[in-house]
Amino acid sequence: MIRVLEAGFETTVQDLGRFGYAHLGVSASGAADALALRAGNLLVGNPENAPALEMTLTGATLEFETTAIVAVTGSDFGAELALGRAVEIAAGTVVRFGAARFGARCCLAVRGGIGVPKVLGSASTHVATGVGGRPLRRGDILPIGTESIRRPRSRILAQLASEGPLRVTAGPQACWFFEEWYAAIYTVSSSSNRMGLRLQGVPIPSPSGHMLTEGVALGALQVPPDGQPIILFVEHQTAGGYPKPANVISADFWRLGQLRPHQAVSFERVTMEQAHQLLRRQEEWLYSLV
Amino acid sequence: MLTRCYHLSVNFRPASDRSLLVCFGKEISPEFHREIVGLLRGFGTLPPGILNLHPAFASILIDFDPRRWDHNQVEQLVRARFSQIESGPAEAARTVEIPVFYGGASGPDLEEVARHTGLAPAEVVRLHAGAGYLVYFLGFSPGFPYLGGLPPNLATPRLAAPRSRVPAGSVAIGGSQTGVYPTESPGGWRIIGRTPLRLFDLEADPPALLRAGDHVRFVPLDVG
Repeated sequence: MIRVLEAGFETTVQDLGRFGYAHLGVSASGAADALALRAGNLLVGNPENAPALEMTLTGATLEFETTAIVAVTGSDFGAELALGRAVEIAAGTVVRFGAARFGARCCLAVRGGIGVPKVLGSASTHVATGVGGRPLRRGDILPIGTESIRRPRSRILAQLASEGPLRVTAGPQACWFFEEWYAAIYTVSSSSNRMGLRLQGVPIPSPSGHMLTEGVALGALQVPPDGQPIILFVEHQTAGGYPKPANVISADFWRLGQLRPHQAVSFERVTMEQAHQLLRRQEEWLYSLV
Repeated sequence: MLTRCYHLSVNFRPASDRSLLVCFGKEISPEFHREIVGLLRGFGTLPPGILNLHPAFASILIDFDPRRWDHNQVEQLVRARFSQIESGPAEAARTVEIPVFYGGASGPDLEEVARHTGLAPAEVVRLHAGAGYLVYFLGFSPGFPYLGGLPPNLATPRLAAPRSRVPAGSVAIGGSQTGVYPTESPGGWRIIGRTPLRLFDLEADPPALLRAGDHVRFVPLDVG
């Protein structure tokens, strides 16, 4: 059991998401940094999809009432636990996570997973709609699950660098837009959340008003009439009516989860082949753990 | 029984490195709607690695796991599903009544819609509640119905910048469309009223009150 002594800014139980309900308007949700979640689970010997804790910007204070094997991945949030390796926590230990010194999200994977009930097939919290529960509060008690499948790893996970522009492929309405915005720098607005990363900068002229509402994908860059782009994130709407010049590539999704308020971002167009090649390389890096 | 053959008129377009947009056309039409509902039913249980289907007025977005599928393979999968769909008797359509408190605090944009359309607020309500609507699809947020059938003279442009919070139950107009927000969410449509009915409830099975193909009527509630 893990007792929540302090919840932090937004600490949630997440797995890799809730799939198969978009036609009812339920988007996948899931870990904002899914790569950190998968790596953490691999380190402690869980299936990749086991539920873990994801903290945002400021971390939780947790009391372990039983012995546990855990791994901290993503950003370390100043906890006195090594980043990127499986460690044992003795019963009675209090672990304090502080403010993010880099990045925005810290994943705490626990051997066995967090033992919360699944809703529509997933333990993920969809914060905006309440599907799958709510962010943690002081006093919550989390059971530890029984999902482990292998021994914990002794490896130490190297930190991936999040540098350079976010890579994008062409979106469904790419030909409606001039491409000057690829040279511009945007800042992440503090009103961003798990639904969307709101960017501020030179407005992108948006030819909206001509299109039918259509299904939208994770990582889509949509441009409302005010020209300030929004990157659709893990709790995104399943359909929308704003045009989309570009879509962040799968290999850079984890970087979206680590974007901080006021951070500068820019974009670089890649081909579909390059996007898939970059994803393959990332998967090879992740599975080098196994 | 005739095998319907749609694929000649369907356009396939990658939307991202893990999704394919299947486009039937560029307008809202009951014909495209029937094809989309047919394809949704044709999929039934999703094959492994096909993650989500996002139906809309004239398209379906298909999310897939890019480690297991590529765009061409998903296109072939859709073409195969098309060829398996057989035309049969349409399922009996249901009609669902949705009670609405129009205007006031429940509908803060009713006056603006009236101003934009040049109608009295009461006339906006009379026209909105007088029309019959078709649920084209659910999307945007859990249980949100996209409805066809808004009287054309009620069309009002969306807000330039979406509100970050629209209360659950809000009945709204966005462009030539109308809908109901089942849960609190951001949104850019003009809010003209609010229903106490729950359109999305995880305790219910299925959790969404409405489904694609339903007919809807709005019933004005008078208080004081």
